[in-house]
Amino acid sequence: MLYALAEATPRMLKTTPFHPRTSALCEGQNWRRWAGYVAASSYDLTHEREYFAIRNSAALLDVSPLYKYHVTGPDAARLLDRVVTRDVGRAAEGQVLYTTWCDGDGKVLDDGTVARLGDDRFRLTAADPNYRWLGDNARGLAVDIDDVSDTIAALALQGPNARVILEAATGASLAALKFFRLTTAVINGVPVTITRTGYTGDLGYEIWLDNAGALAVWDALMAEGAPHGIVPTGLLALDIARIEAGLLLLDVDYVSARRALIEPQKSTPMELGLGWSVSELKESFNGHRAMRAEAKRGAEWKFVGIEVDWPSLEELFAAKGLAPRLPAQAVRASIPLYDINSGEQAGYASSTCWSPILKRYIGLAHLQARFATPDTRLHMEVTVEHHRKRALAHVRRLPFFDPPRKRA
Amino acid sequence: MSQTHRYDVIVIGGGHNGLVNAAYLARAGKKVVVLERRHLVGGAAVTEEIYPGFKFSVFSYVVSLLRPEVIRDLNLPGHGLEILPLESTVTPMFNGDYLAGWADHDKTRAEYVRHSRRDADAYDEYGKLMHHMAMAVKPILAMVPPDPTSLAPSDLRGLLKLGKHFADLSPKHFHALYKLMTMSAGDFLDEWFETDVIKATRSASGIIGTFMGPRTPGSAYVLLHHYMGEIDGAFRAWGFAKGGTGAISESIASAARSFGAEVRLEAPVTHVIVKGGKATGVALENGNEYHAPVVVTSLDPKRTFLKMLSPSDLPAEFVEDIKRYKIRGSSGKVNLALSGLPEFTCLPGVGPLHRGAVSISPSMEYVERAYDDAKYGNFSRRPYADIIFPSVIDPGMAPPGKHVMSAFVQYAPSSITGGWDATKREAFGDAVIDAIATFAPNIRDLILHRQVLTPQDIEDITGLTEGNIFQGELALHQLFFLRPAPGWAKFRTPVAGLYQCGSGTHPGGGIMGAGGRLAALEILKDTGSRL
Repeated sequence: MLYALAEATPRMLKTTPFHPRTSALCEGQNWRRWAGYVAASSYDLTHEREYFAIRNSAALLDVSPLYKYHVTGPDAARLLDRVVTRDVGRAAEGQVLYTTWCDGDGKVLDDGTVARLGDDRFRLTAADPNYRWLGDNARGLAVDIDDVSDTIAALALQGPNARVILEAATGASLAALKFFRLTTAVINGVPVTITRTGYTGDLGYEIWLDNAGALAVWDALMAEGAPHGIVPTGLLALDIARIEAGLLLLDVDYVSARRALIEPQKSTPMELGLGWSVSELKESFNGHRAMRAEAKRGAEWKFVGIEVDWPSLEELFAAKGLAPRLPAQAVRASIPLYDINSGEQAGYASSTCWSPILKRYIGLAHLQARFATPDTRLHMEVTVEHHRKRALAHVRRLPFFDPPRKRA
Repeated sequence: MSQTHRYDVIVIGGGHNGLVNAAYLARAGKKVVVLERRHLVGGAAVTEEIYPGFKFSVFSYVVSLLRPEVIRDLNLPGHGLEILPLESTVTPMFNGDYLAGWADHDKTRAEYVRHSRRDADAYDEYGKLMHHMAMAVKPILAMVPPDPTSLAPSDLRGLLKLGKHFADLSPKHFHALYKLMTMSAGDFLDEWFETDVIKATRSASGIIGTFMGPRTPGSAYVLLHHYMGEIDGAFRAWGFAKGGTGAISESIASAARSFGAEVRLEAPVTHVIVKGGKATGVALENGNEYHAPVVVTSLDPKRTFLKMLSPSDLPAEFVEDIKRYKIRGSSGKVNLALSGLPEFTCLPGVGPLHRGAVSISPSMEYVERAYDDAKYGNFSRRPYADIIFPSVIDPGMAPPGKHVMSAFVQYAPSSITGGWDATKREAFGDAVIDAIATFAPNIRDLILHRQVLTPQDIEDITGLTEGNIFQGELALHQLFFLRPAPGWAKFRTPVAGLYQCGSGTHPGGGIMGAGGRLAALEILKDTGSRL
C-alpha cells in the first residue's frame, strides 16, 4: 500500500534559505546534493556564462550547505589549536585561517576555515560533519560548540566586480578589508559578517548571516549587481574555477582519514601541498608528532598541477579523424599518470578540466615525490574512441590562475 | 637630421598579423621592430574610447578564428587575452516573431521545431556536414600553399600531401566540398532548409566582408570560412574579447615585447627602400630610415605594392595581377553609446537576447535586396546588420547601467556613386538606425553618441584599401595559391628580402594570425634560423 512518504518521514533533502530565489532561477533543473541539501549545479542550461562571471564580472553562489560551527568560551582558542594545524591562538581578531585538521597519526580528516569573530568566539567551516570530533577534543575545556550549519546562511560573491557590488550593497568601503580578514556590515537591514575568502582564486567575499535575512540579502545583491554583470552561479562553474586556483576538494582530491578503508587512501597535509598550514610553533595538537617527523624526512607524495600537451592530444585524436573533445565539465575521476621512460605509474590526477580562460587542459595530481618537480614530462592516460592512449603532460606549479586582484 | 636604425627584421604595420609575425621572429632570436602608423596597435582590431566612458571595438568586433597554435605558442592568455562567450543569435522577423539560436542545443532545436520540424532535423545533419567540411579544409589553413604549376620538391611535396588529403575524403564529402566551393550560400542552404528566416540568417555569414549577395555563386565558401572556428574542438575560441577587440592586439603586442620585439607607434612608413632588387629597409614620413635585411609588410597587397614600392621595382605582370586583385569594400560599422538597452518587440524586456548577436536578416529577399542597392552604387536602404552589446558581456566596456552597441553593416560599397561624403555617411547611419528601429523602436531614445564608419572611413583610419576588412575578397579566384597573386602565395614577393604576412595572404581575413605565423616560419627557413 502506498503511503505519504513525505509526511511519514522527515524530508530527506533539505533546501537552503535562498531556495525560493534559486529554484525560480534554475532553468536547467540541474541540481546536485551537497551535505544533505540540494544545490544548483547550474542555473542556465549550460554553465559557461556562470564560469565567465567568476572570472569576468561577478558570480553569486549559495554556499549555505557548508558545515558551520560556532566555538565560544574561554578555552575556544585552545580547543581549536588542539584540533587544527594552523596557529589559532596567534590569529588576530577579524582574521580568517584556511586550515586542515588531522587524526592522531597526522592524516587529514577535513579542511576548512577558522574565523576569529571575537577574542573567544570562532566560526569553523567544514566539508564534513565535525560536531562529534570537536566534542571529543573539548573534554575538560571551558568551551561551547554550537552546530549552526542549518541556521547560518552563506553566500559567496566572487569575481572582479565583487567589491564594487558589495560596497554598493553595504554602503561601506571594503578597500581596507584584506585577503582572509573579516568585517561586519548591514545589507538591506540585515546584519552580516563579510569575509574576504572564497573557493575561486579570484577577488571575492563570503557573506554570513542568520537564515531569516537570506532573501533580503539575496535581493539586494542581485539588484546592486545588475549593472556590474552579477550572475547566479552553480557548482559546475565553481568546480572549474577551483581547479584553476589549485584548491582541493574533499572526497574528490583526497579521502578523509575518517572514511578511508585502507592506509594508502589517507593523506598527510604535506602530501596535499598543505605543509605550509602546519604550525611550527604550536606545542601539541592532533597528529603533530607524525607531521613533524614527516617534515624532517620529506613527504612521499606531492600534490601538484598537471598540464596536458595540446599538440600531443591533437595527434591522438587526429589519428581517429577527430578534433580533441573534452567534457565541458570538470572531471572528478582518477586518471593514471606514468613515467615517460619506464612506463611505471607515477601517480594520478584527481581533478581535471579544460580551463576556458587559460586555454589549457589542466588538472590537480598526486605524484610520488621524485616525479613532482615542475616541468617533469609524464604521460597521462586519455581515452580516444574507446581506446586507452597516453598523452604527453607536464608537471606545473599550483595555482594555474592567480590574478593580482585576488589579494589587492 | 634624419636617423637610421638597424634591425634583423622590420615589420610594417602593427595589426594582429604584423604583431604575430614579429612575436614569432623575436621568439626565434631576431631583432625585430614593428612600425605602426597610428598611436595604438591593432590595425582594424582596436578598442577606442570614442565617447567618454564608452569603449568601442571600433572595427572588428568578434573573434572566432584566432589559431590555437598562435594562442598557445605566444601564451596570449598569459598576456591578458580573455575570450568571453557570445551565447546566441536572434533574428527579429517582420511578423513580430523571431528566430533564435541559443547556446544550448536542445533549446535551439526546440526553437527550430517552432519554425519547421524538418529544419530542426536538418540542423543537426547540416552541422555535422559543415564540421566535416571544415575538417577537410583545416589542414590547408596551417599550410604554405604549394604552387600547382611548379615542379620544385617543396611544391610537389605540398601537392602530394594535399592530394592524399582529398583522396581520403569520402565521395559524399568530396561532392559536398565541391558544391561549397562553387555554389551560392542561398542555393546551398536551399538544399538543407525550408524556412526562409533560417536561410537568411545562415546565409548572412556567407556575405560578411564580401561584395556578394546570398545568391552570388562563391558565397557558400565564405560560410565555410566562418565555420572554421568550430572545428578546434575544446580549443574553440569563439566570442568577444574582454576589453574589446583591441585587447587581442594588446595581448599579442605584449607577447611580442616579452620576446624582445620593439613596437614603435606613430611611425608611418612611406616606402620600402629597394637597392639592386633587394629590400634593405623602409623610410618614414619624418625622414628617418630603418634598415634590415628582411622587411615584412602586413598591409594589404594594393597598399604595399602599388603605394610603398615603385613600379620599377616590380615585374609588370605582377603589378597587373595586384591591380586586378579584388578588394572592394562592402561593409560599414555603426557604434553607439546607449543610456540603456533597446527593447526588441519580438522578445520584450532585457534578457538573454542582449547577451548574444542580433541579426537584422529577416528574409532572404531582404538581404538580397540590400545587395542589389550596393550593386548599383548605393548603400543599402534597408541594410543587413550583425549587432552585439559588448557591455552586456563585459560590463567594463561602458559605465555601470549604460551600454555600447556594435553594428556591423552591409552593404556600404566603397565605390558608392559620387564617392562618400559627410552627408552620405550620416544618411547611411540613419538607414542603419531605421533598420534596427523597425524591430527595436525605442533605440532612438537611448542614443548618447553615434559613430558611423563607411568603407572610406575604414580606409582613412586603418589604411585598409577600399575599407575591405579581409584585405581582399575571400573569393575562390584569390584564395590559397592565388592569394594575393599567382606565383606569390608563399609570403615572399618579387623583391628579395620583402615578405608579406597580412590577411591579403593565405589563408585570408578574420582575426586568425595564420598569415603572420606562416610568414614568420618561411622567413626563418630562408634565413636559416630555427624557431
